[in-house]
Amino acid sequence: MKQQDIQLDSQGRLRHFLTIEGLKKQILIDILDTAENFSTVGTRNVKKVPLLRGKTIANLFFEASTRTRTTFELAAKRLSADVINMNISTSSTTKGESLLDMLRNLEAMHCDMFVVRHHSSGAAHFFAKHVAPHISIINGGDGSHAHPTQGMLDMFTIRRHKPDFTALRVAVVGDILHSRVARSQIHALNTLGVPEVRAIGPRTLIPAEAESLGVHVYHDMKEGLRDVDVVIMLRLQRERMQGALLPSENEYYRTYGLSQKKLALAKPDAIVMHPGPINRGVEIESSVADGPQSVILEQVTNGIAVRMAIMSMVLGRPSEEQEAD
Amino acid sequence: MPDITEVNTLLDNMVQSIQSELQARQIADPLMIGIHTGGVWVANALHQRLGLKEDLGTLNITFYRDDFTRIGMHPRVEPSSLPFAIDDRHIILVDDVLHTGRTIRAALNEIFDYGRPASVMLAALVVRSGKELPVCADIAGTQLDLAEGQHIKLNGPDPLSIELQEGK
Repeated sequence: MKQQDIQLDSQGRLRHFLTIEGLKKQILIDILDTAENFSTVGTRNVKKVPLLRGKTIANLFFEASTRTRTTFELAAKRLSADVINMNISTSSTTKGESLLDMLRNLEAMHCDMFVVRHHSSGAAHFFAKHVAPHISIINGGDGSHAHPTQGMLDMFTIRRHKPDFTALRVAVVGDILHSRVARSQIHALNTLGVPEVRAIGPRTLIPAEAESLGVHVYHDMKEGLRDVDVVIMLRLQRERMQGALLPSENEYYRTYGLSQKKLALAKPDAIVMHPGPINRGVEIESSVADGPQSVILEQVTNGIAVRMAIMSMVLGRPSEEQEAD
Repeated sequence: MPDITEVNTLLDNMVQSIQSELQARQIADPLMIGIHTGGVWVANALHQRLGLKEDLGTLNITFYRDDFTRIGMHPRVEPSSLPFAIDDRHIILVDDVLHTGRTIRAALNEIFDYGRPASVMLAALVVRSGKELPVCADIAGTQLDLAEGQHIKLNGPDPLSIELQEGK
């Protein structure tokens, strides 16, 4: 319970954004609706609104990232915030104590928001727990726990194509065990009322507790893809893989790679998603990734609007004293 | 005090004023932009009466408000939509009530983020007392002298009616 409460203020509004798990459906809908408003900003002459003028946002990336860091940076800049990017080497900050010291230093720079990406699960919660009260934390991905902004941009992309969540069958395919993206997606899909979420992958890459997350587990991809509206492919996380979870990439591709042929089992208007970066020929056939059903690049574009929405909702809360008068 | 409940009469007055203003400024094909939500309703009615050829543009000024950190986000407003290029065009900007002038300040900032119009004229159904910025309407349906606590509320979109509310 405690972990869920920490991201809400006394009025039940988002004060940090750490995980989708435990958030009410209305908050998720508010994020999607607000992002819809922001999506037009990127198509204008001046791709900027003055909403967060004077705010300072620090991107604290303890783990390499291109897409996520860039879209967070663009989102902040399109809101007119000042942004500092810090790529922090992991070796010097593996202990909690040095993390705290770093936090105090960053607080002393009068930042308003930290976007935290870290290889350890729970890092964003740790920051949220210890940070000064006027600073908000956004989780940009922590270990194999959560990547909530990615989860929300995926929901936004799905809603753009399939407006009614309650009529959908969604398949998440691949390395669910190591995927914080999959966890965030599954929580969001369940909260938004998707009646059937399927997890497809080899036994070694599906967590033992998968069924308790509210998904139907399939080990046969052909069976799992039948009649789905949305296919979400996950990246095979080779760098996170320990020991012999897979026979070979080739065999993985044959069994769980998304080919044209396998995609034909889904509904004819099914959309194909992938959080990137893509391993072509490992989890997805090139012609599918670039094909007419693919919305992979739309996901990237939508990521900016969704992150703008979350940042402005978190930083735009009326302070609680003002609420009182 | 004029009868403010007859919105149709006010709209007819506005149409006449807009036409003579356009004529005086020698503007042939203006664009019209309404401000969400009430301003869009009024703009729709004016747009129809004037028989403008190009679609109505709409503005949601949420992202340009000066009180964002005090009132926060309102997700359930339609996004802005300007389905035309505004560079070098003459624009009629429409709102339901002109009060402090802050909404118009925000709207002008947003419009200029889309391009550089040739001119902007402001049309408001009701111009009330309480101005805080140097913003005046070029066209007003009616002018009202109201006390600080009083508010004008436009009900709509169909039919449009104006309500005077006694505030706190």
